[in-house]
Parts: sequence; structure tokens; C-alpha cells
Amino acid sequence: MTSADAYRLRKQPFYQPQDNEVALYEAAYAARLPVMLKGPTGCGKSRFVEYMAWKLGKPLISVACNEDMTAADLVGRYLLDAGGTRWQDGPLTLAARLGAICYLDEIVEARQDTLVVIHPLTDHRRTLPLDKKGEQLAAHPDFQLVISYNPGYQSLVKDLKQSTKQRFTAFQFDYPPAALEERIVAAETGIAAPLAEQLVAVAHAGRRLKGHGLDEGISTRLIVYAATLIAQGIAPADACRMAMVRPITDDADVIDTLDHAIAAVFG
Amino acid sequence: MAVPGIRNVADARRRLMATADSQAAWSALDCGFAAVADVFDECLAAARQHIAADELPAFLDAARAIGKLGRGAEPLLAFLECWPRVVATLAVRQSAILPTLQESIRRLQKSPNAPAITPLLQTLGAVAERLRSADALADYQTLALDLAERTAGSIHGRQTTHPSPSLPDFLAQAPRLLGLLSLAGLRRWMEQGIRLTAEHPEQQRAYFALASPESRAMLQREREGTLFADVERRLALSLSALWADDSPLVPYSTAFAAPGLRPYLATDGMRLPDALDSLSGIDGLGRYRAMLAHLAAHRQWSRPLVADNWSPLQRLAVETLEDARVDLLLLRRFPGLRPLLLALHPQPAEDACDPDRVNTLRHRLTCLSRACLDPEHPYTAAATREFATRLHALLADGPASTRAVAELALAWATRTRVPSDQFANVHFADTEVDYRDDNRHLWTFIEAGDEEESFEPRPAPADPEAAGLPPRHYPEWDAATQSFRPDWAAVYEALHPAGEAADIDRLLAKHAVLARRLKRLLDRLKPQERVRLRYQEEGSELDLDVAVRAWTDWQSGQLPEPRINVSHRTDGRDISALLLLDLSQSLNARLPGSDQRILDTAREAVALLAWAIGELGDACAIAGFHSNSRHEVRYHHIKGFSEAWDEPVKARLAAVEAGYSTRMGAAIRHAGHALSGRRSEKRILLLLTDGEPADIDVSDPDYLIADTRQAVESLAAEGISTFCLSLDPNAGRYVGRIFGPHWRVLDRIERLPEQLPMVYLNLTR
Repeated sequence: MTSADAYRLRKQPFYQPQDNEVALYEAAYAARLPVMLKGPTGCGKSRFVEYMAWKLGKPLISVACNEDMTAADLVGRYLLDAGGTRWQDGPLTLAARLGAICYLDEIVEARQDTLVVIHPLTDHRRTLPLDKKGEQLAAHPDFQLVISYNPGYQSLVKDLKQSTKQRFTAFQFDYPPAALEERIVAAETGIAAPLAEQLVAVAHAGRRLKGHGLDEGISTRLIVYAATLIAQGIAPADACRMAMVRPITDDADVIDTLDHAIAAVFG
Repeated sequence: MAVPGIRNVADARRRLMATADSQAAWSALDCGFAAVADVFDECLAAARQHIAADELPAFLDAARAIGKLGRGAEPLLAFLECWPRVVATLAVRQSAILPTLQESIRRLQKSPNAPAITPLLQTLGAVAERLRSADALADYQTLALDLAERTAGSIHGRQTTHPSPSLPDFLAQAPRLLGLLSLAGLRRWMEQGIRLTAEHPEQQRAYFALASPESRAMLQREREGTLFADVERRLALSLSALWADDSPLVPYSTAFAAPGLRPYLATDGMRLPDALDSLSGIDGLGRYRAMLAHLAAHRQWSRPLVADNWSPLQRLAVETLEDARVDLLLLRRFPGLRPLLLALHPQPAEDACDPDRVNTLRHRLTCLSRACLDPEHPYTAAATREFATRLHALLADGPASTRAVAELALAWATRTRVPSDQFANVHFADTEVDYRDDNRHLWTFIEAGDEEESFEPRPAPADPEAAGLPPRHYPEWDAATQSFRPDWAAVYEALHPAGEAADIDRLLAKHAVLARRLKRLLDRLKPQERVRLRYQEEGSELDLDVAVRAWTDWQSGQLPEPRINVSHRTDGRDISALLLLDLSQSLNARLPGSDQRILDTAREAVALLAWAIGELGDACAIAGFHSNSRHEVRYHHIKGFSEAWDEPVKARLAAVEAGYSTRMGAAIRHAGHALSGRRSEKRILLLLTDGEPADIDVSDPDYLIADTRQAVESLAAEGISTFCLSLDPNAGRYVGRIFGPHWRVLDRIERLPEQLPMVYLNLTR
């Protein structure tokens, strides 16, 4: 039997609350309501879940969803063993047994028919039928389901079904306000506050171009990457170009504009 | 009685010149034109100054030959006046350039184009000043002769008998052209002109006289330096990225506008020059960016002042200090721009002019401005240092205000006033700050303007159309009352009249290269469409997952799954897309720098998209709409879901024309009605528009925006996704309010044919 301790966070993850989301999450957890985290990429959704798991002292089981994932990948399956067969719990089953928080990251990437298996866990039933095994698994009282997705995807095909959406309470995340973001970058990487301010200024320039050549703005994660490079002794302008501009676009005009913004901010 | 130097003799040949030398030269010239005799002394003096003494006889020989061409005094006068200047400008010996010119003149004289010799010589001096090399001058003459030969008319195909209609105009425009173009650019511009107007002498004259729009457009394309059109998108992106400012950028023509026109802020946008060369080691793009930053800073921090009671001197001082203030504020925000601004800001020497003799006002102000921006300025004048410090102090705790700066400027003007400030002789050198605008936005005038009452043109009546289906009425959302206005908009759906299907085929043929590229992309997409068919008793390969499970079941004594194979099927896209075209009047606007309408480009793009969607196998319908008040929303059926991409459809698309207004909500509801009958997994409404919803009977733009948003939401509730492709670069202001995150601005309309299919592919990938 796998121990829940293996999934507990050892160290406190750094998380800077933007609003009252910590209290809201705690209330949702107290009632064991399923939670959905929406927001652009790299704005701190996954970090928030880790932080909450740590704060609540619960194990966290994360699953990165993808298109080839089947229901068996979530629930579990029989495996061959030397002496015969053995049942192997999937991450969802494991979380329901151990009383962990199960975090399905980027859930829209999974096929919609796969997602139906989470439905019985997300309403009043809180059970997971394992038909192969002939078991009706009642979820541990501590179990909670959390999903995340990024509604900014400019694809109309990838969206959640209403029947799935309406099983969750939701948090809308966004990039934090400038002052807060500067504090996050500084705390995360240890760079000086004025430098963090400049990095955030560049990111804001990039975010204003969303929809005009950029599908997504420059995320907080990328700012942290740039700051990490700077902390290693890379020149700020180079670090910005490498971490904040080149990854997000191939459009020559946009690259040029952002390079100009970097030059204007850093000189 | 003839007196030397007194011009009183009727027979010019016997005119007495000022000196014995010039008398000898005059005899050698053997010229009978009084007009030439009048100026010969001066011309010869200039020639002696610039032409080596041993080459003077060759000069006089050439002049004598020109005088005897039988073209009157004009060519000779032009030659005598311009030639010394040409030799001086090019700084070569005359023998290096004179034979070429003589040969050119000889060839022109032998052709019907002989009258062009005069304009050739008249503009030669100015041309030499632009070209500055003997080789280039020879190339220029070759170019002119080439034009002469190729545009001269012939009757029997062998002998040219009609002079070139355009050569004199070309030669007259040559200095101006060479000021804007390189010689290579001039050649290309000329080639284009010959090609475009070969059959039409009138058009040819207009082209080479720079009077026709094509001619100016071609000229613009061949310009040296950085063209506004090439960097417009980057500038617009910089403006929104750095300043969160979306004012439109409008170029003004540097070739045809009044000289000395500076960039300026107009109520409807920023005006920038249409082309910029490098200056002080800063390339054109850098100069544009400096201008943009300065204008944006003005927009951010400057507020207009009432100008009426202030003297021009005071206003100039206020403008300069206000410029310095916004520059300082912009450098505070973007310190990286400092090298750029300082490179473009002149640094006049402090003692460049004498305050007792010339008006030094501009010079003093430029020094002050430099001192404000550049901490390492060299100026020692007490007032300059003091006021620079005072400006910095003013900005120490906040951006201050235009009014506070104006007070500082008045104090400066009072302190440094000198009597010479009234002089007309102004010291201008090094006082023009390249990136600054003309500050017209800084002043308001109280005295009454002479605006005329404006009249709204009456909306043109819609032309009566063949009776179609009865109208379908749709409600409209009134955001003010949060309720629907019932049966408010009447939508008339009709088959679009047909045109020539072949036109569309031609458009597709025009984009054959692009189509091939798309085709490759579509083919690459296909493998991803392969859908695995699992649980097959017979299939192309073993499904390991299922096989292992079956084996486990077998081992544990359960009935194993016999369907352990997997096979593939290529399909999987189950998408219905309806492309809704905004056909309002604004689509008739021309693309900048071309005579193609936005509508034509949109038509090409739609043709390509329809073809691409057909290739992918998705169901696709196309419709267009425009409106003329709520009583008449026209919905044109161009292609239905079940119709193939064939002749009648192409014919309808070919006949699409734009007119009237954009009542988007009603059209979206009607399109949604068409889509709601489809049973696809994904139903997509793609809206291609160039502006916000508007109609002639609605004055509040927010009303139609709110209604359109409501329409989009009600479609979403039915499971129909709407995506908006906007051609309006300023769409960011409103489009998000309507379509949420599902929109995109296509900044480059000319690339629409390429982008539209790509956007569709990305949306449905």
C-alpha cells in the first residue's frame, strides 16, 4: 500500500496571495467542493494548489492531462505479475483512497469522454466505480478534486462540456498587479527590487500586445525565468530576450517591438 | 561709340566685353545672342574660377557648338551658367565629364528629342549637386537618353519621328527625384513609368511630371531610407506595448508636403513622415521610435494652454521647456532611450553665434533643452545651468504640469531677453531637434473659429432588390433597459446575385504559390486526423494495452477480450463553419499604397479559405451582410453547407459588393439560425469584419456593441462558437467586449489571403 506521505510536500512552496483566494479555497476544501482554477498560462495556478496542499497538510497527486489519456490511466488497471495479475490503482483512485488532493492539470487536453469518469466523484456521491475490479470505491473524507485550465486557448475545439464545468467551483486567476508581481519575482529569485520592477515593466509591454500578434501575454513564470538567468550573471537585456521574448512568438515585428521595449527599459 | 563693359550694341557679336581676355573668348564663341552677351562676362569669370586655364578653350568650343545647334539662346545660356558649377561640384577636371555631355547633346540633337537639350542643361547643375560623382552623372545621362529613345514615337517602326512626350518633364523633375531616390531607384521608377504608360502619351507626361498617383506611389516604393509603410506595424505595436496608447499613426508625404513639416499630433492620430533616412548614426526606425516616444509622452503629460495673450518668443520658450519636460519624464520611464534621444538632439556650440548681430533665441533655447536632457552638457551660461536645474527640481516629486513649465519658461524669457531677439536674422544652425513635433497640440485659441455648419449627407436609398424570402425578425438587446426589443431587426435573406465565376478562378490562380503551400500544410494535418479504431477483432496492429488486459483476464480466469487489434480511419473532423462577411461601405476603402480595395483582398482570402476548408472536408457556408437601418438587414447567401465549391458559388462570391452599414447582432443571430440546424460536433461562426457594429439609425455605439455581445452569448448557449477576425487595428477597444477572448486582429490586410486560412486551421486544429 502506497503511503500518503510520499505525496506530502516537504517544503513550503512560495505563494503570494493576490486576494482572499486562500480563505476561499479553505472554505471550499472544508466542504470538499471540487475546485476549478482558470487563468492564463504561468500565472500561478499549479503553485497555488501546491501551496494549499501544504497549508492544509494534505497529500497532493498531480496528473498532467493529454490527449492519449484513457479512463484506465486515471482509474487504474490490472497488470501482469510473475504469479498472475495485480491491480494497479490509477492516480485518481489512489487519491480517493488516500484522501489526497487530486490535481488534473490542463484538463482540456484530455478527451472529453475520458473526463466523464470524474463525474461521480464530483457530486454528492463521492464514489468511484471500479468496474474491472468490481469495487465501488467510496472516496476518503479528505479527498478533493482540483482541475485547471486555460480558457485563453485560441482553439474553439478545446473547451469543457457544460456538464463538466458545472460540477466545480472556480477561481479566476490572472497575472498579479505590477507591485505584487515585482514582489513575487524578487522573492522567488532573490534579485533586487528595481530590477524586478524593470522586468515586470517589460512583461507588461508584452501583455499589451495580446491579440495583436501574441496569443498569450508574457507570464509570471517567464519573468521568473528571466530573473533566474539574471541571478546567474546574465545581462538583464539578454536574459529578457531569451526568457521573455523568444519563447512566445515567431513574428518578426513583435520580436522587434519587444526587443525595443527591453532596450527602452534597460538601456 | 562702343564703350567696354557697357551693353549698348545691337549686334551682339560686336559687343565689347569687360576685359581683353573675355573679349577674345567672346570672339571665339562666335555668338549672336544678345541675351548671352548680357551675362557673358559673369559666366566667364565663374568658369575661370572653377575650370583649369588649359581647359578653357575646350569649354568655349563646347559652348560654341551648343550655340550653333539652332535651338536659340536658351541651351547656350543654360550651359554657360551651369557648367562651371557642375565642374566645381564634382571636383574633377573638365575633360573627365565634358565629352560625355557633348556626346549626349549630339545624340539628342540627331533625334526628334532635340528640344530636351535645354531642360537637360538647365537642371544639370542641380543634378550634379545630388549625384556628386562623374560616373553617376554619366549614368544619369545614359538613363535620360534611354528614356528618350524608348518613349519616342515611330510611325513605321524604324525611324523615330515623334519626340518623347515625357523627356522634358523627366529632366525638369530630375533634381527633385534624385533628392529622394538613388540612381538605381530612379532607373526602376523610370522603367515602371515606361511600362505602365507606353501606349498613352498623356499618362506618360503625368507620370514623369509626378502628377499621377501611380507615379507618386512608385516613387514612394523606391524611396531611400526607412519607409513608414514598412515599419508601421512595429511602430503601432511599440505604441501599444510601451505606452498603452492606440492612437492611429498616419503618414504625411515628405516628398510633396510643405518643406519643414514636422511630425504632429492631430485629434485623430499621430502624423509621422512617410520615409526617414539615417541621421547622426541613428537609422530611420530609430528616428521613428524617438518621434513616437516624444509624441506619446506629449499625449500622456501635456495639456493645452490658451495661446492668445503670449508673444511668439514666450510661446517658443514654453514649447521648448515643455518638450524637455516630457522628454525627461519619458527617460525616467524608459532610461534606455537616452542614447537615442541625445544622439538626435543637437548640441550647438555655446559661442556659435554673436548675440549682438543675430537673433540667438533658438540657439539659447536649444542649449537649454540640451542642458536639461544631458547631465554632461558643456554649457557654462548661468541662466542655462540655473533653469536646467530648476526644471529638474520641478520634476523631482512628480510629473509637474504644462502650466508649471510655462511659468518657468516665462521666467526664463524675462531673464535672458536681449535686444537682438527682435532681429529677423535668426541663427538656425543646430537648433532643430529632429524627433520633436511642432507642438500644435499645445495651444488653444479663444478667438472664434470659422467652422462651417456641417451637414450629414443623406443616406443613399437602398436599391430595390428582387423579391426574395419574407423577412425574418430578430429581437435586439437594449443594454440600457436590460431587455429585448422584440422583433426589432428585419433580416432579408436572398441568394447573392451571380457574377463571373472565372474571376474567382483567376484570383486563386494568382495565389497559386500560396495555395500550394497551404496544400502541403493541409496534407500534413491529415495524419493527425487519423482516428484509432480500437477493439477490432481484425485490425492493422496489436493494441498492446488491450492485449495485455486480455491476457490478464485469461490468467485470472475471466473471459478474455477477443477484440485486441487496432486499426485507423482518416476522418475525425466533424466541424461546420459559417463564414460571415461584413459587407459594409468601409470595405470599399483602398489599401494604402495600392488601388486594391479591402473588399477585393477579403474576397481573395475568402476564396482561398473556402477552397482550403473544402480540401479539409469540413462543412462550410459563406454569407455576407450589411444593413440600412433596422428595417433592412441584408443577409446574402453565397454558399450553403450542402453546396460544393463550384461555379455558381464562385460566381456569387465574384459579384460581392460592399455598401451600407454594419448591424452585426441581427446578422449573427441569423447566421446562428443557419448553424443551429447542423449536427456537427463543433459549430463555428467566423466573422470577418473591419469595424465595430454601426448603423445609420443608431447614434449610441455601445447599444449595438451590447446587442452583438448578447447575440454572441446566445449562440454560445446553443453550443455555437463565434470567432471574430477584425481588420480594424483599433479593434482592441471594443472587440473584447463583444467576443470575449475569441477574436484576433489582422494588422496587415494585404496578407489576409495568407492569414485567413491559417487562422482557421489554427482554430480547428
